[in-house]
Amino acid sequence: MEKEYQLRLYIAGKTSRSVSALNNLKKYCEEHLQGQYSIEVIDLLLNPQLAEGDQILAIPTLVKKVPEPVRKIIGDLSNKEKVLVGLDIRQL
Amino acid sequence: MAENLKTKKPTEIAKLAKTPTGISGLDEITYGGLPSGRPTLICGTAGCGKTLFSLEFIVRGALEYNEPGVFMAFEEKAEELATNVASLGFDLKKLEKDKLIRLDYVHVDKNEIAETGEYNLEGLFIRLGYAIDSIGAKRVVLDTIENLFSGLSNQAILRAEIRRLFQWLKEKGVTAVITGERDGQSLTRQGLEEYVSDCVILLDHRVIEQISTRRLRVVKYRGSLHGTNEYPFLIDDDGISVLPVTSLNLDKPVSSERLSSGIPSLDGMLTKGGFFKGSSILVSGTAGTGKTSVAASFANAACSRNEKCLFFAFEESPQQIIRNMKSIGMNLQQHLDKGRLKFYASRPTLYGLEMHLVAIHKAIRKFKPQVVVLDPITNLITVGSVSEVKSMLVRLIDFFQAEQITVMFTALSLNNIVNEQTDEGVSSLVDAWILIRDIESNGERNKGLYIMKSRGMAHSNQVREFVITEKGLELVDVFIGPEGVLTGSARVEQILREKTGTVLQSHALTRKDREILRKRTVLEAKIASLKSEFESAEEELNKVYVEEEIRKSVLNDNRKKITELRRDPLSKKGNSSSE
Repeated sequence: MEKEYQLRLYIAGKTSRSVSALNNLKKYCEEHLQGQYSIEVIDLLLNPQLAEGDQILAIPTLVKKVPEPVRKIIGDLSNKEKVLVGLDIRQL
Repeated sequence: MAENLKTKKPTEIAKLAKTPTGISGLDEITYGGLPSGRPTLICGTAGCGKTLFSLEFIVRGALEYNEPGVFMAFEEKAEELATNVASLGFDLKKLEKDKLIRLDYVHVDKNEIAETGEYNLEGLFIRLGYAIDSIGAKRVVLDTIENLFSGLSNQAILRAEIRRLFQWLKEKGVTAVITGERDGQSLTRQGLEEYVSDCVILLDHRVIEQISTRRLRVVKYRGSLHGTNEYPFLIDDDGISVLPVTSLNLDKPVSSERLSSGIPSLDGMLTKGGFFKGSSILVSGTAGTGKTSVAASFANAACSRNEKCLFFAFEESPQQIIRNMKSIGMNLQQHLDKGRLKFYASRPTLYGLEMHLVAIHKAIRKFKPQVVVLDPITNLITVGSVSEVKSMLVRLIDFFQAEQITVMFTALSLNNIVNEQTDEGVSSLVDAWILIRDIESNGERNKGLYIMKSRGMAHSNQVREFVITEKGLELVDVFIGPEGVLTGSARVEQILREKTGTVLQSHALTRKDREILRKRTVLEAKIASLKSEFESAEEELNKVYVEEEIRKSVLNDNRKKITELRRDPLSKKGNSSSE
């Protein structure tokens, strides 16, 4: 199980929602993907030009670039089951 | 017109600022354009031209008003858009390179997105904000924003966020156009955009009797007057053209200049030789009475005066008209070659009435003729009802008057009396009405022409016979004789008969003269013979008289001799024997 998860979390400023999303994400990754993941946090207020590339609409958005397929999870990631399904960590 | 309104603006108190769209006709309906710095919703069913409308708004803004624009597409990719509008001559790639427009394709795919918990659309705002700031955009289009609803499932959040988006756009100070898909009776599927927009324009694409017509209506416009009617619009090579349906006033300029009809004898029936410039003339008549010939001769006259003429042919092809007119001595080809004459031929059934109107408008705006011929308007009835045709013609006549264009319509009238008053209902609108009628008698059919009306000028009240010859059109005085009004060969016959009469009469006169002469000769001869008779009688008388004289003198002589003999006896011998 040598899957490397490249995750990007798009946020817009340090809002409570984005902070809780990041905390939730870190928690799930530590639980299920220890040592196999990297998280990149992109603040669109600082880099607005990056929004177009990953087709970002909603904030916060978590994008799983690798492994394929590309998946996006929007929201504060409060529902653990949905996040894990979304990241293809857990099959339905 | 847009400029007019713009210059007028500062005199009014803080009225709504408007952004001209550059779409021909629309700015007239909205009295200047869309509300500046506010969102406008363009809604309609599929294929009604929403995307094109909004794209034209952006492109014209960039090209004509120096206002850069952002086009955010939720449906079509940037490349697809560029290809789709290339046919209209919009080079999106170049405009994008020049930083005049920016295309941003927003891809929303439900399959890729999972939703957990609370979120907002700040990402979209940032993207849009970034796009606006990068080119200093003044105009924004969101096409079609409701696609978000198909990609994201949390309706409550979406509705709140779209409301916030509209507010945010206002704060940004950009003039925004949002397109929305129409759903049944409501203007948009979500029933949301129309409430948050300051202006709502509804596009419609209707098919009536297999003919489609595009229409546009300004449903709402906060803080401004606007035309409320449905206006037809056309999408062609130049983009969208909207036609203001009715002009609101009757304050058209008038001219007292005259234009010749191209038929000298017809000009003669009108005082001062012709129709008023900028007036409308109706030529009506039954089939085959030469309406097109009258119209063509009018066009020919205009072109010969070095004016431009646009000939709308709804029945015949230009080549056909040229050939046919050549047969009556009219060379239209030369005008065509010099660019003074232009034909615009289309089948009435090609598109709806409104479309015809828009197309006519466009053609006229482009060619700028002084004289226009529509031949015939009757055919338009095949694509609309009488009232529709009438309202179209009212608008057309209005337009012609405003542009000071002299127009000649031809109309086919059916052979009944009711129609005489209501030829497509335009007879009351036109300034001059020439009627050509059949006069059928003695087994032949002739044409009588008369002027039913001609506003503002004295005109002949007589019926003239309308004759088409190889040399052109001519009006001949009809023959009014003891047998009534005569036309055609009856007229010719009557003239001939009269001529014969004269010949006979003069012949009779000369005969009588000769008779007198002869009688005189006879009498003179008689006189001469009587004279000679008299002379001979006189001579006879004279002879008797002379003889008497002679006898007398001889007797005298003899008596003397006898007397002498008695006195001389010596010489008695001789004489006594004789006694």
